[in-house]
Amino acid sequence: MTFKKLSAAAIALAIGFGATMLTDTAAMAQDGGQYVPGTVYRSGPYAPGGIPWANGYADYFTLLNERDGGIGGVKIVYEECDTAYNNDKGVECYEKMKGNSPAVFQPLSTGITYALLDRLKADKIPMITSGLGRADASDGTIFPWVFTLPVTYWAGADAIVQHIAAKEGDLKGKTIALVYHDSAYGKEPIKTLEYLAEKHGFKLELFPVAHPGLEQKATWLKIGRQLRPDYTIMWGWGVMNSTAIKEAAAVGYPMDKFIGNWWAGSEVDVEAAGAVSKGYLSAQFHGAGADFPVINEVKTHVHGKNKGAGPADEVGDILYNRGLISAVFTAEGIKVAQDKYGKRPLTPEEVRWGIENIDLSEARLKELGLTGLLNPVKLSCADHEGGGAVLIQQWDGKAWKPVSDWIMPNRDEYLRKMYEDSAAAYAKEKNIEPRDCSKES
Amino acid sequence: MDFLSSVFVEPFVQIGQYPLFFVEVVIGGLLSGVMYSLVALGFVLIFKASGVFNFAQGAMVLFAALSFAGLMEHGLHWSIALVLTMGIMALVAIAVERLVLGKLVNQPHIILFMATIGITYFLDGFGQTIWGSDVKVLDIGIPQTPIDVGGVFINQFDIFAAVVAGLLVLVLAVFFQKTRVGRALRAVADDHQAALSVGIPLKTIWAIVWTVAGLVGLVAGIMWGSKLGVQFSLALVALKALPVLILGGFTSIPGAIVGGLIVGVGEKVAEVFWGAAFGGAIEDWFAYMLALVFLLFRPQGLFGEKIIERV
Amino acid sequence: MLYREAGQFKTSYARDWAIFPIAQDRIVILGLLAIAAVAVPVLSNDYWIGTIFMPFLVMSMAALGLNLLTGYAGQLSLGTGGFMATGAFAAYKLSTAFPGMPIEAVFLLSGVVTAGVGVLFGIPSLRIKGFYLAVATLAAQFFLLWLYNKVPWFTNYSTSGVISAPPRTILFTDIYVTGPQAAASTKYLFALALVAILALAAKNLVRSSIGRRWMAVRDMDIAAEIIGIKPLQTKLSAFAISSFYCGVAGAMWAFLYTGSVEPLAFDINRSFQVLFMIIIGGLGSILGSFLGAGFIIALPILLTNAPHLLGLDIPVDVVSHLEFMIFGALIIFFLIVEPHGLARLWQILKEKLRLWPFPY
Repeated sequence: MTFKKLSAAAIALAIGFGATMLTDTAAMAQDGGQYVPGTVYRSGPYAPGGIPWANGYADYFTLLNERDGGIGGVKIVYEECDTAYNNDKGVECYEKMKGNSPAVFQPLSTGITYALLDRLKADKIPMITSGLGRADASDGTIFPWVFTLPVTYWAGADAIVQHIAAKEGDLKGKTIALVYHDSAYGKEPIKTLEYLAEKHGFKLELFPVAHPGLEQKATWLKIGRQLRPDYTIMWGWGVMNSTAIKEAAAVGYPMDKFIGNWWAGSEVDVEAAGAVSKGYLSAQFHGAGADFPVINEVKTHVHGKNKGAGPADEVGDILYNRGLISAVFTAEGIKVAQDKYGKRPLTPEEVRWGIENIDLSEARLKELGLTGLLNPVKLSCADHEGGGAVLIQQWDGKAWKPVSDWIMPNRDEYLRKMYEDSAAAYAKEKNIEPRDCSKES
Repeated sequence: MDFLSSVFVEPFVQIGQYPLFFVEVVIGGLLSGVMYSLVALGFVLIFKASGVFNFAQGAMVLFAALSFAGLMEHGLHWSIALVLTMGIMALVAIAVERLVLGKLVNQPHIILFMATIGITYFLDGFGQTIWGSDVKVLDIGIPQTPIDVGGVFINQFDIFAAVVAGLLVLVLAVFFQKTRVGRALRAVADDHQAALSVGIPLKTIWAIVWTVAGLVGLVAGIMWGSKLGVQFSLALVALKALPVLILGGFTSIPGAIVGGLIVGVGEKVAEVFWGAAFGGAIEDWFAYMLALVFLLFRPQGLFGEKIIERV
Repeated sequence: MLYREAGQFKTSYARDWAIFPIAQDRIVILGLLAIAAVAVPVLSNDYWIGTIFMPFLVMSMAALGLNLLTGYAGQLSLGTGGFMATGAFAAYKLSTAFPGMPIEAVFLLSGVVTAGVGVLFGIPSLRIKGFYLAVATLAAQFFLLWLYNKVPWFTNYSTSGVISAPPRTILFTDIYVTGPQAAASTKYLFALALVAILALAAKNLVRSSIGRRWMAVRDMDIAAEIIGIKPLQTKLSAFAISSFYCGVAGAMWAFLYTGSVEPLAFDINRSFQVLFMIIIGGLGSILGSFLGAGFIIALPILLTNAPHLLGLDIPVDVVSHLEFMIFGALIIFFLIVEPHGLARLWQILKEKLRLWPFPY
């Protein structure tokens, strides 16, 4: 009895596998459109942040298909794969989708970014890590397949310190604390902040928080009751953010001296923390709210036709907007590549060229209805970051309000050099021959 | 040398310099410990009555909190939502008994343990399928602001949590000592076969224990959920409860409370005063190391029953 | 009919001691090896090698390791992830500190390093057992991951804390087996060879005196002590050898499978995953380690792709949640119908085949 049941199950499994083997090439053949993979996470511990991003990313392609009939007449075939913010699953998604001539991958996880680096190169597929991933990948001569537009973590850290300096004047003798997710992601800004601490003469105190960050009482007792830093910067994600805000409030740390990065500054974080989060600051590389032409278009053409990927009331949320902006980068790369290679479904290699030649000028942003949502970005063979800017916003209890102008990170002064040095070290370790940009068309 | 001094000298200097801050850290630790105890209690209840190391307790905390917050989101009054959630947890308990434990009678402990991990996966998926994976804000109206007691800041919410935990233990104690069902539970915990032979229905008792553990999970879920927002990460608080469990002993309710307090104070003090020497974020393993060192001297935990083995 | 041992006589001690005394078993094993070595790399694409066969080999190795400890020596451990991380970071340090060291030696030495760490964390097993031990091994899990995350020396001071495999060639050739230049099939064959050799070693180990001592301790440690088995050496040797396998598995994970790794890849879920494998596969069975690894690796992938294959359009989040539910339910189902694991099923199948086509 038992045995029969089990052997039946085993046979079913085997048949299932056989079927996968037969269909995994057939089913995924392109249906005449441009295939865009979405490696998103709608499950797992970080799903609350992953869902709005994924909805924004999906909705923009729906908008293009509904309003314009795709890009240059080529329909976008968008397919999602759930990574659960898990590196192995991310790799599996990538391997599954890479055979369909994917335009570009946007993994939305620094860990998955690292896992894909080698594979992208072998498979000749580009990847955009918009506001995440490794900062030194901005050096396009060493990382031809990776794009970090519009800003990296290093640039973000620099912009935050610029903002603090603008508020405080001289930073000499001040103390700044960094509370960070103890992972590849959270450690990214440390190097930049250490450099700046030396330059400006402020004291940097590091407070790692172990994944997932449910307990931070000790950290905040130390920050709030003993150290009392002039400012606290947070590099957090997921449940860690709201916990930090709550614990900060519990030790009476002033919210307007507490600045999160762009992954620690969404509605999800402050709403979960409740009323205490009023006044909390965060750095963004795009605007918040629904008051932009492109968002209105989404409302009419996507949610108006009931084709939205998520609920209509999240349109305009920080993470939704970020997903949408990320989709703009993908779409713009495809568009630029189409101008060169023709209006047809493109290969990943062609899209890579397109992304590398993205020029989102003021005029182009206006055309796309993105004015105010994003600052201009222009990429080149060597510069894969594109000179984006950062905005500091404040939570007023109901919405995020900008409290600064666009802050331009000091790339020329030192960031660019840091990218190049770090990338060169990577190239040496991996035996990579730098690309000669003077020979690129 | 620097390292040695930062481990053996500086922390004590700091404590001496700021005794008030030390008191504050200890109080903060005690109050966090209460929150761990809330989760650990559920483990103890089930282990005591059925010898099952129920890894699914964390998932039950999440599931209870999700159901409660989800029902409230649908516009139900909190009292109705609470009653309904209690009903749901009872159903879960009965289903677990019928579909899982009842079929695994007489299997080795590790098989039962693995089965509860299976339940964990199922409940995590099930809860999210029904209620979604976005964060649900659960506001039970407790202020989060600190109050100042003679220069020491104490969070009002934490005090409330401590009171709730105290009440819960009281209710459990009365339930176990004074009621018929409670006595039957204790009998089962002492000896399954003897309990069976005097006519105590083992299966019913198991279902009741799982229900009680589910209700304890609900309380823990509401407390943790109103602290962090109800979301998937709540299931991970189980990992915080495990060192509490080995410290206090798997079979002792007072052990769960005392263990929680020890772990809470220990890890907070360690993180605040010794964290810097080790580069921070030592909270995660400190509790386990503490428990491990402790076990070397008392292998059955603080209040556990002495293990007597015969060949 | 097919599976009949009549007529196969054991005429020497050597034949009596053979690992596979029955000719059919030998044929099946060699056949499987041949398929794995020839057919798989030739027929399958990167997806199949990269997301199914590679993790299968790596996790089989880890499952072998844990099965030696838990299945044979009876010491329940939840520290597998920590030991795998140790292997990965040891391999990274060894290969970057000594660029000339052959990659084969790197793998084995990283196993040896892990064995040392394993012995250290195995010491509590002399005092505590059962679930107390399991939770105590979590100390290893959390502490080791914290260590590799925290001490920059382990990552050669990389800012992100991520290590990536340096390019290395197979001994005496210039074929790249790690790093971006290495072909998927090279990595696969290299991993296959490692697994095959170490599995053979494990199979022999559990038939030797040390394996018998482990089983005696597992079945009743006090009784074992009374008949003269030293618990100290027995338990610690189990921890050492088990950790060796886990360490090699970790090195394979970092160098052959993902190519780059951060400590988070070896978190507590990895430990549970390996534990699942040996329980579903069969405690105390070498074959079971492979069956369990195959099952646990393949099941989620199958579940994720199932709706797509059936032509159902289910949102990915629902698929993920359903996957969780079905995974959990199947675990329980398997535990209920066959607590001794897939290996036991294979045995039953063999019994039946022996008689087939006759009912008795």
